[in-house]
Amino acid sequence: MTGLSTAFAIARKDLRTEFRTKESLNASASFALVILVIFSFAFNLERDEFYAISGGLLWLVYSFAGAMIVNRAFSRELPNDCLDVLITSPAPGWAIFFGKALAAFCLLLIVEAISLPVFGLFYNIQWINAAGPLVLIILLATWGMTIVGAAFSAVIVNVRLRELMLPVLLYPILIPLLIAAMGGTTALMNGEGLSGDNFGYLRQLIVFDAIYTALALYMIEFILVF
Amino acid sequence: MREKAIYILCFLGACLMIWNLHHIFTEMAPEAAQGMAGWILFIHVPADFMGDILYTIALVTCVLYLVKKDLRYDSISVACIEVGTMFILVNLVTGSIWGKNQWGIWWTWDLRLTTQLMKFLLYLGYLVVRPAISEPSQRATMSAFIGIFAYADVPLVMMAIRLPNVRTQHPSPVIETGGINSVMLPFVIGIFAQLMMALALMLVRLHQESNRREIDSLRRELHAL
Amino acid sequence: MVAIEADRVWKYFGDYPALRGASLQIGKGSCMALLGRNGAGKTTLLRILANLSRPTKGEIKAAVGKSGIGYLGHGIGVYDDLSATENLLLFGELMGVADPKKSAAEALERVGLTRVKDGLAREFSRGMRQRLAVARAFLHRPEILLLDEPFTSLDDRAIAVLQSLLQDALASGATIVMSTHQIREAMELATDVALLERGKIVFSGPRAGEMVSDPTWLYRTYGESA
Repeated sequence: MTGLSTAFAIARKDLRTEFRTKESLNASASFALVILVIFSFAFNLERDEFYAISGGLLWLVYSFAGAMIVNRAFSRELPNDCLDVLITSPAPGWAIFFGKALAAFCLLLIVEAISLPVFGLFYNIQWINAAGPLVLIILLATWGMTIVGAAFSAVIVNVRLRELMLPVLLYPILIPLLIAAMGGTTALMNGEGLSGDNFGYLRQLIVFDAIYTALALYMIEFILVF
Repeated sequence: MREKAIYILCFLGACLMIWNLHHIFTEMAPEAAQGMAGWILFIHVPADFMGDILYTIALVTCVLYLVKKDLRYDSISVACIEVGTMFILVNLVTGSIWGKNQWGIWWTWDLRLTTQLMKFLLYLGYLVVRPAISEPSQRATMSAFIGIFAYADVPLVMMAIRLPNVRTQHPSPVIETGGINSVMLPFVIGIFAQLMMALALMLVRLHQESNRREIDSLRRELHAL
Repeated sequence: MVAIEADRVWKYFGDYPALRGASLQIGKGSCMALLGRNGAGKTTLLRILANLSRPTKGEIKAAVGKSGIGYLGHGIGVYDDLSATENLLLFGELMGVADPKKSAAEALERVGLTRVKDGLAREFSRGMRQRLAVARAFLHRPEILLLDEPFTSLDDRAIAVLQSLLQDALASGATIVMSTHQIREAMELATDVALLERGKIVFSGPRAGEMVSDPTWLYRTYGESA
């Protein structure tokens, strides 16, 4: 079985088990909704002023929801020692990792897809006109979050206080990604396109994704067996 | 021998720094130093430089550890990152003080300060996770991984904060402005002074790490009896 | 011919040496019962043999690659949220089995779980979960089987299934290393015996008559006093 088909098999397995229990989907989506509500109390802005903070708000919600999903990527293998079985199998380490990152990516996209209309509703933000470029930004930035998050999930899977460590490690690394995602989203909400100056946002996302995907895939072997 | 080296380095570093400050206060024109409070720049900028050098050395030793699995590389990594983070903290604090003096505010989200804060946070993760792993080789492997990821983020941060949605207020670094060549000397000496101190601190930390490795292996031998 | 071998293996967990220069050779086609008190290092040694853990010093030599090794540890190594068939299909694919569907069906038949093949693993009784775990370990007909206290907490039906599978595996030339407390069940199958005491192999050799008739003979003769 090739590495890639192994990765897909593991991604399918993660998605299947998640859809059966919907544990982290429910938790993450509920959390996203709650944050959306709480933020409405945080700022006392006019309706139009919300457009200026729209990108920031959306990606705050997405990144908090994302941390919950991504944390489960490797910790779901701990019950019954399933991680041991994966490691003893001939499946290459990068394939196991890539499969889990793919599954986390899909799950996070689902939560984001649920949150986006709610966000538009609560804050009266018209995002439908910029749907195409917005989806592009969401896909790129979400991939960046999941690949780095899954990598750290693997690093700390056996560490004490796992849930507390992940935010401390993950968020600083994600800041360049979030800056670009937030800026690009706000620009799109304000009716600007992604060309000219705004193309920098897209470039930032692509560079981030390329660098960390390569690093994570290359280095994950060191992490899985010690 | 090592202790002598530490004392000598500290002494030299302190001497250089004091001489440098004396030179700045007495011989340089106040406006070149941006007012009397400008002297803090001569600690602020070299501290950034030292922090960056140490982080770069740490990157190299992290990679070397993953390749060679020698715990001494891990000791150098942690010493570099701890001392480097301290320098970045000095950089942040002095920058903040200078900013308060220049612009009346303790903090602003400009290019330089934001990058420095980011570096601090990135390596903070490294420092926070380390104590949570008790097994030395596992700790070293995870730390090396985190160290490499953190370093890769720095150029991305620098790219990101030049994006349109981040405001930039910081004046261009003084070194690059023309006509400040007479001011180069204090910076260079400042760098040397801090280099001495960094070396002294590194030696202390490395000594501590090698003691700990020795204690670990003695404990192991004891248990194995 | 040596199927798998540990050569002067040391393993430290922090300061504590779980294995202190353990050396063990297991010949092809033999069934080695690895005895030892709790804390002797049996699990550690088996995990190192299974590639789950790297030795601090020393090395492991195995005649086959990862696809030829089957590992059954303390955890059952199956996913609670997948059905028995789905579990075996997944592991069949991961282990590189030629026809996963056929192998999965055969394995379930062998352990007597065909009736519940579509039931989720979380709904199984303890004995059924154990049998599913055994099915997983034997699924790809491994040449080397590493079993960590496999008879512990098995009901009589599961014990019978496991013994029968082990006998079949031995008959087809597989090599078995089995750590155990249940000396009686192990001694029936074992061709060789090794005693691990505080991280060292203090005895390794063919099973002798005295061992079968008096289970504690080995401990008394070669072990340190209680």
